[in-house]
Amino acid sequence: MAHFDENARPFSHKWMNERLAVDTLKRVLSTEYWIPKNINFLWAMGMLLAATFGLLLVSGIFLLMYYQPNTQLAFDSVNYTIMSEVGYGWLWRHIHGVGASVVFLIIYIHMFTGIYYGSYKKGRELIWLSGMLLFVLFSAEAFSGYMLPWGQMSYWAGMVITNLFSGGGLHLNGLVEWIRGDYVPGQAFLNRFFMLHVLLVPLAIIGVIVLHFGTLRIPHVNNQDGEEIDFEEAAELYKAGKVKKSKVIPFNPVFLSKDIFVMGVYFTLFFYLVFYHFEFAMDPVNFDPANPLKTPTHIYPEWYFLWSYEVLRPFPTNPGLIAFGFAQVIFFFLPFLDRSPNVAPANRRGLFKFWFWALLIDMIVLTFMGKLPPVGIWSTIGLIAAVTFIGLWIALPIITSKEKKL
Amino acid sequence: MKELKILGVVTVFTLILYWGVEPFAHSQMHKHVEGNNFKYADLSPLKAHGDVAKGKTLVTTTCVACHSIESQGIKAPMDAVTSAQTYGVNPPDLSNVGALLDEKFLAHFLMDPAKVTKSKHFAMPPSASSEQDAADIAAYLKSIAPKELKPKEAFVMACGRCHANRYGKWTQIGDVPETKSNIKTGVDLAALDFKKKVGTYQNKLADYMGKLPPDLSIIIRARSEHFLKTFVEDPQSQLPGTAMPRVGLTKEGFEKVKAYLEETGDPSKPLREETGSKVLFFFVVFTFLALLWKKSVWKGHH
Repeated sequence: MAHFDENARPFSHKWMNERLAVDTLKRVLSTEYWIPKNINFLWAMGMLLAATFGLLLVSGIFLLMYYQPNTQLAFDSVNYTIMSEVGYGWLWRHIHGVGASVVFLIIYIHMFTGIYYGSYKKGRELIWLSGMLLFVLFSAEAFSGYMLPWGQMSYWAGMVITNLFSGGGLHLNGLVEWIRGDYVPGQAFLNRFFMLHVLLVPLAIIGVIVLHFGTLRIPHVNNQDGEEIDFEEAAELYKAGKVKKSKVIPFNPVFLSKDIFVMGVYFTLFFYLVFYHFEFAMDPVNFDPANPLKTPTHIYPEWYFLWSYEVLRPFPTNPGLIAFGFAQVIFFFLPFLDRSPNVAPANRRGLFKFWFWALLIDMIVLTFMGKLPPVGIWSTIGLIAAVTFIGLWIALPIITSKEKKL
Repeated sequence: MKELKILGVVTVFTLILYWGVEPFAHSQMHKHVEGNNFKYADLSPLKAHGDVAKGKTLVTTTCVACHSIESQGIKAPMDAVTSAQTYGVNPPDLSNVGALLDEKFLAHFLMDPAKVTKSKHFAMPPSASSEQDAADIAAYLKSIAPKELKPKEAFVMACGRCHANRYGKWTQIGDVPETKSNIKTGVDLAALDFKKKVGTYQNKLADYMGKLPPDLSIIIRARSEHFLKTFVEDPQSQLPGTAMPRVGLTKEGFEKVKAYLEETGDPSKPLREETGSKVLFFFVVFTFLALLWKKSVWKGHH
């Protein structure tokens, strides 16, 4: 058994150290957790995501105290009880609604930063994969949460998305009914999505966030030039006081001080949206109560799902579902489809540079078309963008295997 | 400098994305209806000059057969539910009509309600035989109308006999009364009686209109202000074939109704604006202090 000093005062530094190794923890997790110095503000997106997730969790807890998961009561518990009877209930709801939308913007910036700088390669594959798993979990969390106010868009989005599980030509109607717990979205449906939203998915998210942090530890964070750094040597330099010469900085306080500044800018914008410009995150259609007898003229998902929705929509049912499945999983394969050994910003990587910007622009075009009614020219542009999306991923291994080694 | 360039790229892409999924998408999804600022240009200007005294005679001999005028001590001939069973809908009390409706609209309406409201089966029959009579009645109703209406009075007059507003505790037959349940059984007979009356009224109303007109508690967030404005001014312009009649509100009348819809559908607006500036001030100071801290920590690193 370990040695415990009998004279140590309870909760004194020594007492804590003997029981919890607080000094080691602090060293390993913060003051000697080394980050490259050569980074920009895009490296703060992870912390922004953690902070936004925290805000969503806290606001969600407050909302949970008044929300009623019942098809008769849900709409009014959100729109009346929380919005006008509970003190500052509107604030928590707007934080939750805006947070759910903005968190995806930051996730996409975080993802595209990773793609641009090649942060998914050579030892960092698990960072990418656990991050993609978080993306899927956040999507599930967003979708299940969207069901809860039981408005028109909740109901009809729930109808459309659960219908996807019928597998088109496979006609798996039994599976759809099993998922819904009913022939159409109803009480059973609302209850299970409530459970998913407030318990199972958040638990999984918290677990995978820990995994995501863990995967960073050994390969370390990438840097702006994709330079391979000898972290031990650089850390010794830093500890010897040669901070200017060292290529690394400690997480706490140096990296953190920059993160907190970026967070300040971010939260200023975030709360501007919460107070003065929240409409973009709260679709007007969902302020009409769910009505199974009245299909809304336009059914569209929230903006962050539009690109994958548009990969589904321009095709006939079966090919559409295959394309949609492709879009859902293809990002997971990025570390293996990119055949080039170069870890460098995209602009130094030959054809990959064009691939990166083409993918970004194509996904923005898909996003636009996913919301517009699928008629006339919009339909054609959507089809071209969807084919381009698939084409880009097929081209990726070819163009990267021809890439010159830097 | 490099960081600012990157920030610029991120900002530009974010704004393009926002533009595409919000203003642009919505401009393509909804047809654009140009309002006419409640001018009712399709109705010809009144040539006749209304006479209040003659109007009074006409109103007290004809209109009151169906309508009450509470402010003048004239009671309704039937209660709301019986009216709905007779006409399909409860005729409005005329005390506040003049304060909300456009005078030209009102006069034309009296001559041909179905045509002016653009509603195929409007319950009220033509009730003025000449433009002079119509102008007289309109002038009288204007003369008895209060100068200033409360938002709720405006809503009740303009919308409240077809639309409920449950967040404002309003039903088509009046405010939800305060009742007490039996302490031994928990049964609230008075509330049940009231519910039955509302239900009877709503069934009749749904038969008359084709469907039950929606509850307007939170319509202010479900439709844009532009939609509400143009829809109220001329329902057919936004929803061709709708059973909702053109009601002939003046611009000020619409603003009053809108104020009530904001009260029930978006009650946090005043507090939101007040709290927002404080929270933003906090984060601006926070960011400034964070910048100073960052500068002190990073000293000597580059």
